[in-house]
Amino acid sequence: MTALTDRPVRLQVASTPAHLAVVRAAAEAACRLVGFDARCTTEVVLSVGEALANIVRHAYGGAGDGPIEIELSTVEGPAGDGLRVRLRDCGRGVEPRRLRRRDPSALRAGGRGVHIMRQCMDVVDYQQAEGGGTVLTMFKRLPTGREGPRP
Amino acid sequence: MKRTPDESPVRAVRWTGRQAVVEVHGDVDVGLSAQFQQALLDVLNGRPQRVVVDLAAVPYMDSSGVASLVKLLSRARRQGAEVRLAALTDHVRGIFEITRLETVFDIRTTVEEAMR
Repeated sequence: MTALTDRPVRLQVASTPAHLAVVRAAAEAACRLVGFDARCTTEVVLSVGEALANIVRHAYGGAGDGPIEIELSTVEGPAGDGLRVRLRDCGRGVEPRRLRRRDPSALRAGGRGVHIMRQCMDVVDYQQAEGGGTVLTMFKRLPTGREGPRP
Repeated sequence: MKRTPDESPVRAVRWTGRQAVVEVHGDVDVGLSAQFQQALLDVLNGRPQRVVVDLAAVPYMDSSGVASLVKLLSRARRQGAEVRLAALTDHVRGIFEITRLETVFDIRTTVEEAMR
């Protein structure tokens, strides 16, 4: 279908904030390849950014040397075509209670990251990774009526 | 013009009477949100009537940066000050819409409009 389908983009970065901008830029470029409009691109970039921030803060507790693997790929399926983003870390696992839905517009300091991911992406799925850590899979469908990824 | 340390995303704070315009520069993410929040709260020590946060040069902000602005708003309201955000870029506007905070903050198209 596209270059991304046959050969997913894979990145390996450290959990230092300096690397996060590189991954966000890659996600933004992948969105353009897949054919997302500006709004959908913003939603993907924000979701990837929140996922990475959670890994830095929670999985690695702020340590800057934790490995993070990112895979960006296009997916075709009965549920629609779209972009899949997988992030794997080797840090502390996700606590289910952190994934509660809360009112994001309340005037409290934190807790909006998971809301943003769930609001912006069609699939947000946390799984324990073999050997420790967490795999987060997110998927965003191309809006219907689009012709699909550019060849 | 007061300059803050280079590592802070707040590049400058310009005072006009009791109005402070906070110039923010670069991505505000988990790596800089602590400095961002401290710099914002420091502005309140000058007892402004209004704080205008100029976000024209911020291509990206994550929820930790948004949390810092929420803290500023909350604290400013307690001391009777107003907060306006100005010149949001696409990604930054997006995060305010998705979190429905665009109805909580006073958001203006330009800094000039925010200062009126």
